[in-house]
Amino acid sequence: MNAPRTAWLFLTPALLVLGVFFLLPVIGALGLSLTDYDLYALADIHNLRFVALHNYGALLQRPLFWSALGHTVYFVAVGVPLSMVTSLGAALLLNSPLARCKPFFRTALFAPVVTTVVAVAVIWRYLFNTRYGIANFVLGHLGLHPIDWLGDPHWAMPAIILFAVWKNFGYNMIIFLAGLQAIPPELYEAARIDGASAWRQLRHITLPLLAPTLLMVSILTVAGYFQLFAEPYVMTEGGPLQSTTSVLYLMYDEGFQWWNLGEASAVAFLLFVIMFAVTAVMLRLARRSASFEGDAA
Amino acid sequence: MKPRRPQPQSAAGRRRSCRRLALAALALGCSLLGGCGKTSNGSQTLTFWTFGPEGEVMQQLLPAFERTHPDIHVKLQQLPLSAAHQKLLTAFAGGSTPDLCQLGNTWIPELVALHALAPLQPYVDHSSVVQPQDYFANIWATNVIDGTLYGVPWYVDTRLLFYRSDLLKKAGFDAPPVTWAQWRTMLAALSDPAQHRYGVLLPTNEYEQLMSLALQQPDPLLRDGGRYGNFESAGFKRALTFYVDTFRLQQAPAITNVEAGNPWEEFGRGVYAFYLSGPWNIGEFRARLPASEQADWSTAPLPGPERAGVGVAGGSSLVIFRASQHKAAAWALIEYLSLPTVQQRLYGLVGDMPPRRSSWEGGALRDDPKARAFREQLEHVRPTPAVPEWERIANAMQLQAARAIAGELTIDQAAAEMDRQADRILEKRRWMLDRATRARPAAR
Amino acid sequence: MSPRLARALIHGLLIGGTLVALFPLLWMLSVSFMPPGAASALPPPLWPAHATLGNYRLLFLRAGMGRYLLNSLLVASAITLLSLACNLMAGYAFAKLRFAGRERLFRALLGALVIPAQVAMLPLFLLLKTIGLVDSYAGVIMPAMASVFGIFLVRQYARGIPDELLEAARLDGAGEWRIFSQIVLPLLKPVMVTLAIFSFLAAWNDFMWPLIVLTGQGHYTLPLGLASLAREHAQDTELMMAGSVITVLPVLLLFLAMQRYYLEGLLLGSVKG
Repeated sequence: MNAPRTAWLFLTPALLVLGVFFLLPVIGALGLSLTDYDLYALADIHNLRFVALHNYGALLQRPLFWSALGHTVYFVAVGVPLSMVTSLGAALLLNSPLARCKPFFRTALFAPVVTTVVAVAVIWRYLFNTRYGIANFVLGHLGLHPIDWLGDPHWAMPAIILFAVWKNFGYNMIIFLAGLQAIPPELYEAARIDGASAWRQLRHITLPLLAPTLLMVSILTVAGYFQLFAEPYVMTEGGPLQSTTSVLYLMYDEGFQWWNLGEASAVAFLLFVIMFAVTAVMLRLARRSASFEGDAA
Repeated sequence: MKPRRPQPQSAAGRRRSCRRLALAALALGCSLLGGCGKTSNGSQTLTFWTFGPEGEVMQQLLPAFERTHPDIHVKLQQLPLSAAHQKLLTAFAGGSTPDLCQLGNTWIPELVALHALAPLQPYVDHSSVVQPQDYFANIWATNVIDGTLYGVPWYVDTRLLFYRSDLLKKAGFDAPPVTWAQWRTMLAALSDPAQHRYGVLLPTNEYEQLMSLALQQPDPLLRDGGRYGNFESAGFKRALTFYVDTFRLQQAPAITNVEAGNPWEEFGRGVYAFYLSGPWNIGEFRARLPASEQADWSTAPLPGPERAGVGVAGGSSLVIFRASQHKAAAWALIEYLSLPTVQQRLYGLVGDMPPRRSSWEGGALRDDPKARAFREQLEHVRPTPAVPEWERIANAMQLQAARAIAGELTIDQAAAEMDRQADRILEKRRWMLDRATRARPAAR
Repeated sequence: MSPRLARALIHGLLIGGTLVALFPLLWMLSVSFMPPGAASALPPPLWPAHATLGNYRLLFLRAGMGRYLLNSLLVASAITLLSLACNLMAGYAFAKLRFAGRERLFRALLGALVIPAQVAMLPLFLLLKTIGLVDSYAGVIMPAMASVFGIFLVRQYARGIPDELLEAARLDGAGEWRIFSQIVLPLLKPVMVTLAIFSFLAAWNDFMWPLIVLTGQGHYTLPLGLASLAREHAQDTELMMAGSVITVLPVLLLFLAMQRYYLEGLLLGSVKG
């Protein structure tokens, strides 16, 4: 048996599944986005119109699309750095030679990652309850005014960001931990002998050596956070005053609430283009810094 | 309108929810054992979808039906109300509609536009049970789309005032308000935001309240045969102004029904003197408020610009799906559920008000003072626009109203935005209507 | 900073972080044993004054939670087994078998990671409708039988397998399938466990797609059942917490039991990558 044929045989099941259940629908979605496929068309295909790029044009003129994009960018711009810093901090603590009971702490910090979004969002909804929630109880003890977390358009997104960071930081923490453990201990040994402070060790050894991991993780996290949906779906249903309506939520609303499949597909593709652009820029940065490193070495 | 909003539960209601859960589980168990389709002895299985609490009490109503119709087995499926609209459309899109189903009457046009429902007039013509003239005319009318009947009203719903008669009396008002002006005066007297007391609770994410006020106006909500929004009409703006002013004057808190938590208890504590809501709350208040407070609350027709008693023609109908293989059996179940005695039992079990006048003649309903306001208003209810897009337009309307409440938009801006969104949503409908008019001369 | 102070600081931060991470879960567990209404009080009670199993009894005996649990187990297990098979084969092929366009195809797959899965959902629903899989277990399972992430993970790990090993086997006349099943698979064991847990967790926790494709309660998975309960019983904090416990506990226990393999596999795979 020759190698290419074997390879294709090994690839067939996965490619078939991905092709039929992902690629084909994605192409279908692109086609749908050029039509006004809706409930009327679902009932009778003669009610379908080809509208070319009209859905896209209409979306770009729709304030709700822009505000949904704004909310998503807000979530990504605040959530990703916060989540990365938390992950890195936790990983540094766990990697510290001084820390004890590491397996316990690692497990505990990672636990939220494996939980079910729906279930923990239900929990957090109660923690954020204006009257009986623990969040406001703690604020009250600190002498702060209670916050209408999920009812105030200004606070709903921060609440969701807090929830998302809590839920997700453990994942990146494990990856960072792996990156940290890959750094040869001799480097720190040498630095210590040179009398470098912990801070200097972090800046001059840890962060540079972790840079490729950091970039990879940030790209994956950005891509993931752009797909914000389940959190607002369960906690706020996109409200209050649509302040937590993300692009994906808008797509879901258009598509599965109102069955405007054409418009919903256009939303999905616009999101795709935006995500593609952002991650492409980040990848480019990653590659450049990698090649820079290569030159330096 | 949606037959019911999901209602938060308090301790008092929890016992009931336990019972409901028990019944739901029973229903599920039965349906699992029951299997589906025709069984060997020629009997048939009907799939019946309900939304909200009706499904839970059906277990008490169905045995009598299955006794008299031994060849029909009813497989009940209960869906959460808040997911009802989506589930129906998904079922239609996926080709898995039930035989018959409970359907909020504002959703009928939508499913008719999808050709999902079976016309029912032939069945009514031969029925000795379903007598159209016995039904409240405007409720019946919501089931007739372009001259064809698609549903039989099952229970009715109109929104009106629940009020604390003792608080009104203490403030010097002997009778509930009849006009908006009187209502405003009372709201002002009964509100004290600093003490966390408000005249009325109007959850900002429910559109029924604003819609009820708007339906009292002479201007229709849509114009040109449902082609365009009519929210910039003088009438609608009047209603919107009254609605938004209630928040701006702090006579209602700007909160959603999620944040409102347990409105019954707060109504009982006097946080709200008025509560604009539907008939099921008669049962809720009876169950949740202590006996000593039962004399302190009552119901009144919805105050209007000049007179009271005009409201929305809401409720749920029973419909048969076009794809059903058991239409005759489904109709037999509809007839059974339309019997005045059965409707009276349904009222007793969940407080659903019957759509036919003869059902009001007997049972607990006849002499119930708290139901009287509903009976009065039901003669003057007005339907919502019979366009498939209405549910969506109403949601858009409420969202803009909420922005006006939050101070983001003025009344004029909000009304203009509502029209803009309604026109956008109705674009496809205009195209289809125009195409139909173009096609008609050609066909002749 | 003295080492003692540093140690205290590090442990203080670790304990604080652990509290934040675990508190919502512990609170959930505690409230789930409270009688109805007990959690809505000030100050918020942290411990049930009178512990009761009533919420659980209600959920299992009357709300059909047992059936949702079985559905979840069935769906998640099937997805795990099937996706494991597909992803292991594909990941190995991308890592170790040479064929024209390998890198391009792999890059294309990685590029597909950027496409939100939800883009495909609407047409996918229509597709499943035409083949009659709406409201069936297969409708949930089949689209999840392969994942780009899984293939990526396996490839990263499999790249660490020395070529000489495979070449030696080939010289000995072993068939490709034999090489895969007898040499490669044992070496891939850590990543298999990782991937199995990943797939199981993802399938167990998945919400949006089952919500769309499962129209009847008979096939509901736990998250769907819980969300459906949450809508009808939003104010029943205690009941909802019991439902959350039932939903979360199986995956947490699975993680606790398997975490050594899981985290080891993850770390190893990450280093090799």
